Amino acid sequence: MQVTEYKPLIVAFCCNWCSYAGADLAGNNRLAYPADVKIIRVPCSCRVNPTFILRAFQRGADGVIICGCHPGDCHYTSGNYYTRRRMATLFSMLDFLGIERERTRVEWVSAAEGAKFAATMNEFAQKVAALGENKRLEDLRCKK
Amino acid sequence: MQRVGVFVCWCGSNIAGTVDVQAVSEALKNEPGVVFSANYQYMCSQAGQEMIKTAVKEHHLTGIVVCSCSPRMHEATFRKTAVAAGLNPYMVEIANIREQCSWVHKDVTAGTEKAIILGKAAIAKVNLNTPLTPGESPVTKRALVIGGGIAGIQTALDIADAGFPVDVVEKQPTIGGKMAQLDKTFPTLDCAACILTPKMVDVAQNDKIRIFSYSEVTDVRGFVGNFDVTIKKKARFVKEDVCTGCGACVEKCPMKKIPNEFNLGMDNRHAIYIPFAQAVPKVATIDPDACNMLKNGKCGICSKVCAAGAIDYKQKDEIIEETYGAIVVATGFNPISMEKFDEYAYSQSKDVITSLEFERLTNAAGPTAGMLVRPSDGKHPHTLVFVQCVGSRCESCAEKGKEYCSKICCMYTAKHAMLTRDKYPDTEVYVFYVDVRTPGKNFDEFYRRAVEEYGVKYVKGMVGKIVPEGDKLKVQASDLIANKQLHLDADLVVLAAAIEPDHSARPLATMLTASMDTNDFFTEAHPKLRPVESPTAGVFLSGTCQGPKDIPETVSQAGAAASKVIGLLVKDKLTGNPCVAIANELTCNGCSSCERVCPYGAISYLDKEFRMPDRTTKIRRVASVNPAVCQGCGACTVACPSGAMDLNGFMNNQIMAEVDAICK
Repeated sequence: MQVTEYKPLIVAFCCNWCSYAGADLAGNNRLAYPADVKIIRVPCSCRVNPTFILRAFQRGADGVIICGCHPGDCHYTSGNYYTRRRMATLFSMLDFLGIERERTRVEWVSAAEGAKFAATMNEFAQKVAALGENKRLEDLRCKK
Repeated sequence: MQRVGVFVCWCGSNIAGTVDVQAVSEALKNEPGVVFSANYQYMCSQAGQEMIKTAVKEHHLTGIVVCSCSPRMHEATFRKTAVAAGLNPYMVEIANIREQCSWVHKDVTAGTEKAIILGKAAIAKVNLNTPLTPGESPVTKRALVIGGGIAGIQTALDIADAGFPVDVVEKQPTIGGKMAQLDKTFPTLDCAACILTPKMVDVAQNDKIRIFSYSEVTDVRGFVGNFDVTIKKKARFVKEDVCTGCGACVEKCPMKKIPNEFNLGMDNRHAIYIPFAQAVPKVATIDPDACNMLKNGKCGICSKVCAAGAIDYKQKDEIIEETYGAIVVATGFNPISMEKFDEYAYSQSKDVITSLEFERLTNAAGPTAGMLVRPSDGKHPHTLVFVQCVGSRCESCAEKGKEYCSKICCMYTAKHAMLTRDKYPDTEVYVFYVDVRTPGKNFDEFYRRAVEEYGVKYVKGMVGKIVPEGDKLKVQASDLIANKQLHLDADLVVLAAAIEPDHSARPLATMLTASMDTNDFFTEAHPKLRPVESPTAGVFLSGTCQGPKDIPETVSQAGAAASKVIGLLVKDKLTGNPCVAIANELTCNGCSSCERVCPYGAISYLDKEFRMPDRTTKIRRVASVNPAVCQGCGACTVACPSGAMDLNGFMNNQIMAEVDAICK
């Protein structure tokens, strides 16, 4: 049997104004992070509906991270505060369902923090990889 | 189903170096909806764009996916290409395979794999795209300037010059601001009043400008082009249009022991007063806290002596509601309170004063008619000590002062020291400084003149303590260059107090939904490229409300803000962002969850009539989004329990499709 190296699948939701720009900056500065991280652009971190996260886990994502502007810096004044509260609730529920806390994360990355973006992704991918594959919420009906 | 064209860019070797672009365009060919897939060296070049246009025509494409650099870079470019090809600009999606793929991954296999997945996500999204048309909103051709200092005055004059009506709101009874209190201005030493008061008169005489003095903005609603502003015009108990400003009432008023704010409490005014001789508007104001008639109903002298009959004790606050297309914030600054700096004995001795008080003391129109005397005993001071950076650049004492440099103190202290030595050659003037910062045209020359020609003694070092002893002030300081302690007997000590934004700025920022930094200075939309605009559309910044600056800088920023306002007001209509929230009236149950989370108040409720299946009609309360106010954050889409709220451009099913494409 051929043993392939385990690669986690990580979905990153990035707000358009801070974190997506921060991810671009990481690129501009050629700061490497694992290719396992796939970024989805949203206008604001508060656009991330919990159902998106549930869907990602159902379809076999191993980790989901949401990046937004720092508290107080939200382009839409208060969007990231909603994110913070919603995700705190969702993550504790996911924890209860067996999705470990390390698989979910909210991080504030500003447009100037390319280095922080890359470091966060490296660290997060490492933690998720250590946990192994997400089997708990995986729904075979979702996975064709 | 869309007919999607995929265009993979090499970006020279930027993408092609780590991503096998040929493999990417091949792999994406078989995705649902894709009818055309190609790759090219530079998609953003003229030739690349032509390639897209030709493909749209030849293959009847309805959607475009460009796998290239960040959408922050070229989304606008490719949207324009789509328009040129006859498509709706919002039918374009970008897969970011440069900044978020080729530049951060070294391995070609992993990079190519990821680029394919990102391309698939973009295809999945574009398949669900719908053409979007931005809404239009009219522009009210009138500007509001909040603050009537030199910043507000200059902005108002420049906007009025272009032919647009401007209202200036000033909370004091007169416009003029801090500059009206100054004596002379660096580095040319022309008198502040001589250059400011003609401008104040220009404002008063300009038929395009209305001045709301003694007024405050109490509410701001609406959005760029249409701000609905409520202004409270406080009762001054004098009819503004009747008062001639003769001052007969002021002379006769028996309440004459009220500290005069304009002279920073260094002399007294009456209960009815005109702040200074050149005040605009030049009308009297009654201080309701001091007037006997208003407090106890006894007196009424001013009413008797007023030949014009302008006094009205029953006057009430007036509420003015007006619509504006643009708002300029020019709320200015104040010196910080010296309460927390008691080592300098500000509260213990009248002869320790701030620099602004020194300005009044040397001003010919000030409390001493320009005679430099000690406030305590009226004697001529011989030894003067100026202390720089009192509360500025306080890294270690942030709870007392400010971390930033107040910028203007070095120059005005050089001016004060020079003027003192010029007028009173018998004086000895010491300046204790941390650094002397003189960047500006003719600034350093000015400072050197103070030292070399006027013999001002600059000492590098801080003053540790000031102790009043007899009629002297014992100054203990360190001279860092000579490395020794200094003990001076000073007659007058002047503290260069840090400046801070006016306290009215923060509540105003909340009303305007404009952002501020931790020091309460308004934040600009971009520190370099958009320095006079606030991130909130239609709100502009002028003067020290944005950061410490001197008069020339303030005036140039005021002009820049005015030109931005004019650029906005000449437009008849504004095109909005079509990526706004939309409510599905069929599933909305009118619960108000979305309204509560909306930071812009863009959601309101309508009672709408619906035909039911049994042919009856039913009136239901449903959400309705004002597309001109909505900024498209999407907070409401998540708050909605029935899933009736969605966001154009980032629809629920679109993001879900992206998630699906990535997690395959």
